[in-house]
Amino acid sequence: MSSLSASDLLQTTINFLAVGGLYALIALGYTLVYGILRFINFAHSDIVSWGAWIALTVASAAGWLASGRSGAAPAFALPLVLLVTMAVCAAMGVTIERLAYRPLRKAPRLNVLITAIGVSLFLQNVGLLDKVFGNRPSTISALLQNDVLATVGGVQLRLFDMLTIFLTLVLVVVLERIVYGTRMGRAMRAVSFDERVASLMGVNVNVVVSVTFALGSALAGAGGILFALRNDLRMTADASWVLLGLKAFVAAVVGGIGNVRGAAAGALLIAFVEVFVHRYVNAAFPDKPWVGQLQDIYVFGILILVLMFKPSGLLGKAVREKV
Amino acid sequence: MRALQDRVPDLRPALATSVGRSALPFAIAVVLAFAMDKLVGPAVGATWTKILLDVGIAILLAGSLNVINGYAGQFSIGHAGFMLAGGYAAAWLTFYGSVHWFGTKEPIAGFLGKGQLLFLAGCVLAGVIASVFGVIVGLPTLRLRGDYLAIVTLGFGEIMRVLGQITARQPKNMTTIKDMSMFDLSNNLGGAEGFSQVPSYTTLFFVYLFAFVLLVLVYRLKYSTQGRALLAVRENEIAAEAMGVDTTRVKVVAFIFGAFFAGIGGSLYAHQVGALDPKELGFMKSIDLVIIVVIGGMGSITGVVLGAAILVILPEVFRQFADYRMIAYALALILVMILRPQGIMGVKELWETSWWRRQLARLKK
Repeated sequence: MSSLSASDLLQTTINFLAVGGLYALIALGYTLVYGILRFINFAHSDIVSWGAWIALTVASAAGWLASGRSGAAPAFALPLVLLVTMAVCAAMGVTIERLAYRPLRKAPRLNVLITAIGVSLFLQNVGLLDKVFGNRPSTISALLQNDVLATVGGVQLRLFDMLTIFLTLVLVVVLERIVYGTRMGRAMRAVSFDERVASLMGVNVNVVVSVTFALGSALAGAGGILFALRNDLRMTADASWVLLGLKAFVAAVVGGIGNVRGAAAGALLIAFVEVFVHRYVNAAFPDKPWVGQLQDIYVFGILILVLMFKPSGLLGKAVREKV
Repeated sequence: MRALQDRVPDLRPALATSVGRSALPFAIAVVLAFAMDKLVGPAVGATWTKILLDVGIAILLAGSLNVINGYAGQFSIGHAGFMLAGGYAAAWLTFYGSVHWFGTKEPIAGFLGKGQLLFLAGCVLAGVIASVFGVIVGLPTLRLRGDYLAIVTLGFGEIMRVLGQITARQPKNMTTIKDMSMFDLSNNLGGAEGFSQVPSYTTLFFVYLFAFVLLVLVYRLKYSTQGRALLAVRENEIAAEAMGVDTTRVKVVAFIFGAFFAGIGGSLYAHQVGALDPKELGFMKSIDLVIIVVIGGMGSITGVVLGAAILVILPEVFRQFADYRMIAYALALILVMILRPQGIMGVKELWETSWWRRQLARLKK
C-alpha cells in the first residue's frame, strides 16, 4: 500500500485545504445573503463564473495573456486582476440586488428564489454571447506559473494551492473583522436578527443589504479566479459552475447557513469528504472503478445526514417556531 | 317524519350509479386521449405532435410536483430525481424485456399490442419505483421544513443523478443481453453515457391518458378530505396538527403521490426521447418543473396546465432567435415574478376567476 504513505497523506491534506478554501470563499457569499434576506441566491454561482471570465477579459486586455506562454505576465498582474475582478463582481452583485431582488423584498420567498434562478439563467446566457465571453472554453493559466515553492517530505508545495489557502485565510479573516468588528458589521447582524427592529433603530436596511451583496460577490469573484487558475475556464452556461455553486452552497448549509464561521467549517467538512474520503475509499477498493465516481454522493450524503440530525447545520442556531 | 338513519338508504345512490359516477371522468379521459392520438395528432402535423407530447409530459410532471409544492406546501427541488428513477425502471423493462421476450430491440406496432402492454407495465413499474423513492424523500419532512427540506430534495436529486452515472455499461449486443437474466441486467443502465435505444413507445394517447388521469385525480384530491388536509398543512402546519390532521402522514402521502406520477412522466420522457441521460435529469430539470408550477400558480390545476403549455410552446416558437431566446426567457421570468408574484392563476382555478364568470354570464344572456 505505497499509495497511502505519509507523503500521500500530506499531499491529500494540501489538496483538501485548497479545495476547502475555494468552497469557503463561495459559501460565504451564500451564507451572508441567506443570513440577511433568508433566500437562496442561486445566481451566486454565476457571479463566480463571471468573476473568472472577467479576470480573463482584464488580463487579456492588459496583454498579459497575449504570449500564451505560462508565467509571461509580470508579478503584479495577478493581484491587480484580482482586485479589479472583485470590484466588478461587487458592483454586479449590488446591481442585481437593486434591480431584481429589492422589488421582491416583501414577496413570498419562493418568488425571490425563482427570480434568482432567472438572474442565473440571464447571466449564463448573456455570458455565452459572442460579444460578451463567447461560447468556447478558454484558460487563464498564462497569467501565473504553478511553480513549486518548496518540497516538504517528498511533497511539492505548489503555488496555486498555497495561494488559494493563503488568500482564503486573508479574506475570511477580513470578512470576520468586518462582520464582528465594525459598525457596518453590527448593522448587518442586527438586520439578520430582525430587519424591522433594526430599521427602527436607525439602520438603513437597503445600504446593509447592498454591502452584503458587495462583500459576497467580491469573494465569489476571488473564488472564480482561483477556480479558473486550477481548472479550464468553461463557458458561463456550463454545468460545472452550477455544481461548484451547489457544493459551496451545501457547505454553507452544513455549517449552518447564515453563520460566517459555519460556512468556513462546512466548507472544510465538504472538502474533507470530497478529497480525503474519496482518496482513501478509492485506495481501499482498487478493483471497483465506479467507486471513483462517488465524490458527489459523499457531498450530498453528508448534507442529508447533517440536516437529518442537526437541521440547522453544525454551527447554526435552532430556531424555535412560535405558535 | 322518519328518523334520519332510516332515510339515508333511500337517498344513497345505487351501487352502479356511484361506481359509474366515479369512473365517468376516467372514461372521458380515455376517450379524450384517444381523440388526441387519432384526430389532433394527424391534424397538426409532426412538429406540433412533438410539441404536444412535450406539453403533455410537462403537464404530468408539473402537475405531480404541484401536489407536493402547491397543495402540501413542501418545497421540493428534486423532482427530476423521481423522473430519473421511473425512467430507468421503465427503460430497463422495455429495452431488455423486448430483447428477452420478443427477440427485437425495435418497438412492436399495434394499438395495445404486446409491445404497448409491456410499455404500460413499464410505466406502472416506473411509478411504483419512483414512489418508493417518494417515501425515502418524504420521511425527512418529519424533521425538516421550508428551505432545509428544499435543500434535502436538491441533495436527493443530485444523488440520483450520480447513481445513474455509476451504473454499469449498457450491453447493446442481442446475444450478450440474452445471456444475462433480467435481474442481472438491472445494474446495466448505461452509466455516464446514458441509457440509449429505448424503444419509442410514447404516443399522444399514452401521454394524454396519464395526463388526464392525473388531472382528474388532483382535481378530486383538491376537493376531498385528504386534499383539505394537504392545504391545511400548507397554510399552517401547527394549526393543522391542532385540528387533528396527521401532518406526517399527509406529507409523506403527497410525496408518494407526486413521485408516482413523476416516475410515469420519466418513463414517457425516456420512451419519447429514446434515451436517458442522467446529466439531463439533474438540478436544472427540477428547476424547470418548479418554474412551470410557480409561473402557472402554486396549487392551481388549470394554472399548471397553462404554465406547462406556455413554457413548452413559447421556446419552440422563438427557436429562430437562438442566442437571445434564453436571455428573453430569463428576463421574462424575473419580470413575471416581480409584476405577478402569484403566477398566472394564483391559487384559483380557471372557473373560479371573475373573468370566467363574466364569460359565462355573457353566454347565458
